[in-house]
Parts: sequence; structure tokens; C-alpha cells
Amino acid sequence: MTRSNEEPSGELSILGYPILAWLIFFVAAPLILVVILSFLSRGEYGGIEWHLTFDNYRRVFQPIYLNIFGRSLELSTVTALLCLLIAYPVAWAMASANPKVRTFYVIALAIPFMTNLIIRVYAIKIFVGMDGPLQWFLHFLHIPFDPYALTQNTVLVFYGMVTSYLPFMVFPLYAALEKFDFLLVEAAQDLGASNFKILFGVIVPNTRVAALNSFTLVFIPCLGEFVIPDLLGGAKSMLAGNLITEQFLKVRDWPFGAALSVILIILLLGAPLVLRKIFLGSIHGVAA
Amino acid sequence: MLRVVNISKNFGNQTNALKSVSLNVNSGEFFSLLGPSGCGKTTLLRIIAGFETASTGELYWNDQRVDVIRPQSRPFNMVFQRYALFPHLTVFENVAFGLRVKRVDTRSMKDRVENALNLVGLWSQRDRLPETLSGGQAQRIALARAIVNEPKILLLDEPLSALDQKMREYMQTELRELQQRLGITFIFVTHDQEEALALSDRIGVMNDGNLEQVATPEELYERPNTHFVAHFVGSMGSIRGSAVDHQSLQLPNGQVIRGNLGRVEPGLTAEAFIRPEKVRLSKIVVGATKLSGDGLRFDRGEGVNKVRGKVLNMAFKGLHYELHLGIGPDQRLRALVPPEKMKFGISIGESVTAQFSPTDTFIFNCPSGMA
Repeated sequence: MTRSNEEPSGELSILGYPILAWLIFFVAAPLILVVILSFLSRGEYGGIEWHLTFDNYRRVFQPIYLNIFGRSLELSTVTALLCLLIAYPVAWAMASANPKVRTFYVIALAIPFMTNLIIRVYAIKIFVGMDGPLQWFLHFLHIPFDPYALTQNTVLVFYGMVTSYLPFMVFPLYAALEKFDFLLVEAAQDLGASNFKILFGVIVPNTRVAALNSFTLVFIPCLGEFVIPDLLGGAKSMLAGNLITEQFLKVRDWPFGAALSVILIILLLGAPLVLRKIFLGSIHGVAA
Repeated sequence: MLRVVNISKNFGNQTNALKSVSLNVNSGEFFSLLGPSGCGKTTLLRIIAGFETASTGELYWNDQRVDVIRPQSRPFNMVFQRYALFPHLTVFENVAFGLRVKRVDTRSMKDRVENALNLVGLWSQRDRLPETLSGGQAQRIALARAIVNEPKILLLDEPLSALDQKMREYMQTELRELQQRLGITFIFVTHDQEEALALSDRIGVMNDGNLEQVATPEELYERPNTHFVAHFVGSMGSIRGSAVDHQSLQLPNGQVIRGNLGRVEPGLTAEAFIRPEKVRLSKIVVGATKLSGDGLRFDRGEGVNKVRGKVLNMAFKGLHYELHLGIGPDQRLRALVPPEKMKFGISIGESVTAQFSPTDTFIFNCPSGMA
């Protein structure tokens, strides 16, 4: 859609200079530094030695680190899938609700979103924790349980992840479904389609671009996420995010940390392309 | 035969969208529902299709009650005003949608899709996506998508209103020919009275949730039953006054107009309608009335209605000139005059006498609220 009648000149307007400066100083320059760093080696006391090497990348491809990246990918994929499954009906309900109910949905979804992440995660931790209401309730009902397994487990990790990232999925989906032409549903009904066929033959194909965008929007930040898995899953689940943090802050192996970061960045850039292929297949030019 | 029995519809706390409408549509008929927007015609169509549920009343297809079954199971198909083609499917797949849903075997499915697309002349466009089609093409695909299912009734919701004038006229002919070739019952919703008159076997005129009159186009044109039908169909000129007896009304200037068609209640506001082609004009010459000399000998007796007016507007329409005569404040009469009869020269602003026979004059009481 053309918004203005003027031909784009290809030149950046003066109003664009600040953002350009921002990109150069705070995105491009650090990235270049990280890439350069990843080819250097670690000094004996945690410093950097100007000695070119590929060793850092060789280390990344050791099974132990590949495993960590694998777990990060798994966490992101499962979280994004869970979010998609939960968000689709919610977005649908929002899109078809009357304006008052819709406002209520928006506020209900946005309020937890405005709370600090750490506070939200600690709230979950306290709820299921040693003296928390859940354990008290289970005691009260005389249901036997393992208090340690209850406070830190994979289910909790996904619970925390999904609650944190759900709004990223719901809002773009809602925006797309709101524009969806419900006449198509009537047309499909008229042609004899079952509700199942209407959902998967008409609604899903026509909203898959939005589904892809929201999926990507959740998938990408999840890939670097480590706070939630750390707090709710315990130390046993090392992820790409905390691996990198550790290399920089604890192990003080900056070059290796930089190499890990470069790999993560490549994954982040590559993921949308792969997802696009999976979601959209070979058909092009279909709008949301 | 489709029978609509006492169907009414209320939307929430709104006034009745449909007020106990009853109607029969014969098999193989091209039936139009005609009315202004908001008259309930689309609601009635959507109830027949099954997208709306009637508040009261029943719907029968050949003695089988259909208002209780899902839209998916009714033997009807709909052509939507905004086409509603599936944007992610090619033209072929759009048309094949209904057949795939019904699990028609691949071979006959392909044959039927090809036939339907050939019928609308778009087989060559089968691999295109809907967004690349023009409005007229999209509407023909929507038509093919519906008729490929061989519905007992095809429901058309203002299918031509989104098209430009040329394409609309072309599609009107196409639709009529298609209907005659297929022999399917068409129920066609439109607000365009010319379109309804040109296409239909019968027309149901709707107003404010009521079915005002059901008749053939000729009957509707020649014998409107109600004030609304006279007003809506055939663009007649009208003059308003108050009824003096059952067959005549008096204009504010004291003149009396007689009408043999229709009937009014004395004392109430009434309106006389005259087809513009039935109005004869003559120039007013001081002291005498000179006939326009159109060769038609008018009896100057009591019978003929005569009103004085002033030419407000004049437009050449090819076959004739269309003139608007101002009779009084807010009173306009239309007259169609063949070009050869314009020789004696009528110009804007001139005073003329309009004559029309009581046998061509419809009179109705104005509905309350209109006076």
C-alpha cells in the first residue's frame, strides 16, 4: 500500500540520522567487536590476547555445548507452540467479542505484562515454594508429594515462559483475526464445510502469516531466555543464555563467550527463514 | 417450491427487521426481493440460507422443513455481494471447495469444475488467485463456485452492486441466460428496481420488514398496490394533496386530480402518481391553451387531469427528453417527451400545462409520518 504520493528518493531524510547513529554505535559496532573477539584467545588471567584462532568455534561444536543450544531451541519451540495453541482461541474470542468485553481482555492480558519479570517469576516461585499456599494445600489434603521436585521442574519452567510471552503472541494474532473477513466462514458453511474444515481449510490458511509473525516474535526472545528457566527449573537446565553470561562474567573467557554469541545470533537470524518455510510452504504472495 | 411461512426477525431490542413475511417461490423461477436498504430483504435471504435464525415462522422446501437444519445441509447456495472468494485458493480450488467437502470423486469433481468455469467463461483463469481478478471475474467465479454444487435454489445477495455500470448490464444478461439454461430457482436480492424489472419472473417488493406486493414486473409496473410500491417502482412523478373522495384529491392550489387506479380515504393526505411517459405537455399562451400538436387527440372533456407547472429542468436522454415540472412547493412531476415533439420549443423556466388521463393516474393515501 502506498501511503504517500512522493516517490521514495532512496536517500535518508535528516530525521533518520539519529536512528542511523544509534544503529551504528549501539548495534553494528558492538556486533563487529563481538565477531572480532570471537577469533581471539583468552589470556591466562581472563584477559584477551591478540592471537587469531578458530579454537573458540571448534569448542562450540563440542557435544556438551551443542546440547545446550539444542535445549534452548527446544525451550523456544515448545514455548512458542504452547503460546500459539493458547493464544489462537483467545485472540479469536477477542476479535469476535463486543468492544467492552474486548477492552477487558486487552487489560487482563496487559496487566501482568506490565509487572516486572523477576517479580512475576518470584511470585510463581513463592506460590509453589516450601511454605507457599500450594504446598500447604497439598498437606491439608494429605496428598503426598516431593517438595523439591515441586518447586523446580520443567512444567513450571514452561508455565513461567508461557505466561511471560503469551501477550507477544495474542496481540499480533488478535490484530490479524480482527481483520479476518468472517464472510469467508459463511461462504464455507454455505458450501457445506464442517466446523473442522472451516477452521483448518479457511481460517488457519488465511491467518498463517500472522501466526508465523507471532510465533517468531515469541520464539526469538525465548532463544536467549535464561532467567525464568534458572529460577523455576534450577541449575540443571543450562541454556544458551546463561552459558554465554557465565563465559563473560564467571569464567571470564570472553572470546569463547563471543563465539557462542555469534552462533546464537546466526540462529536468531536463521530461525525466521526456516519458520517461514515451514509455515508458508511454497505458496507466495498470500496476505494475512 | 420454497414456502416462507410467517417469518419474523427481531435483532436484540431493535424494531422488527421482518414482520411476519409469507411467500412462495416456484421452482425454476427467477424471483427478486426488491426494496431500499434496511427493508429486510437481505435478512430474509440470510434466513433462507441459514445464516440467521428466524424469531418466528417456518421455512419449507417441497414440504420438508428447512429452517431447523444447518446451513451446510440445506440444498441452497449463496452468491455474496462481496464475492467472499477464499483468498488462499486458486480459482479452480475455490470452485472445487464445495465438491471436495462433499467428497465427490476426483474425476467427476474435475469435470464439474471445468463445466462450471466454462459456463462463466473463465476456465482459462483457473490457476489464478482471487486477488488478481477483476470485480466482474471475481463475481463470475463466485457464481461458478455456487452453481457447481447444483443447488436447488441459488441465493444472490446484491451480486452486481459492486460492479461498474457496463459490467453490471453485461452480468444481468449473463445471469438471466444462465438461469434459463440451468433451470435453477434464483432468489435475487436487489435495491435496483430497473435490475429487478429486467431480470425477474416475479418480484417481491419489501419495505420496513413487510412484503408490500408480490407480482410479475408488468403487474408491478402497471398496478402497484400500495403507496410504497408506486413510489419505489418505475420512477413515477407525483403530486400531493388531500383526498376529497375515494377517487380524487385536491392540490393546495385548489385543483382536483382524479385517479382511476387505487383508492383513497377522504380527508387524509393523498398522493397521485403518473408515469412520465403518460404526461402530455402544452405551452400556455396568454388567453388560450394551445395543444402541443403531438398528433394524439386529447379529449378536452371533464376526464383529463390538467395541472400547471413550470419547467425546472430538462435533460436529453437519447430516446426522449426528460423534463421536471414544478407544480408547487416540493411538488415535481416528471414527463418524457420524444425529441420530435420538442420542436415547438419548451425551455427552462417556461410555464406549461401537463395533461394526463385518470386511467393513467394512481392515487394512494400517504403513510402516516410522510404527510
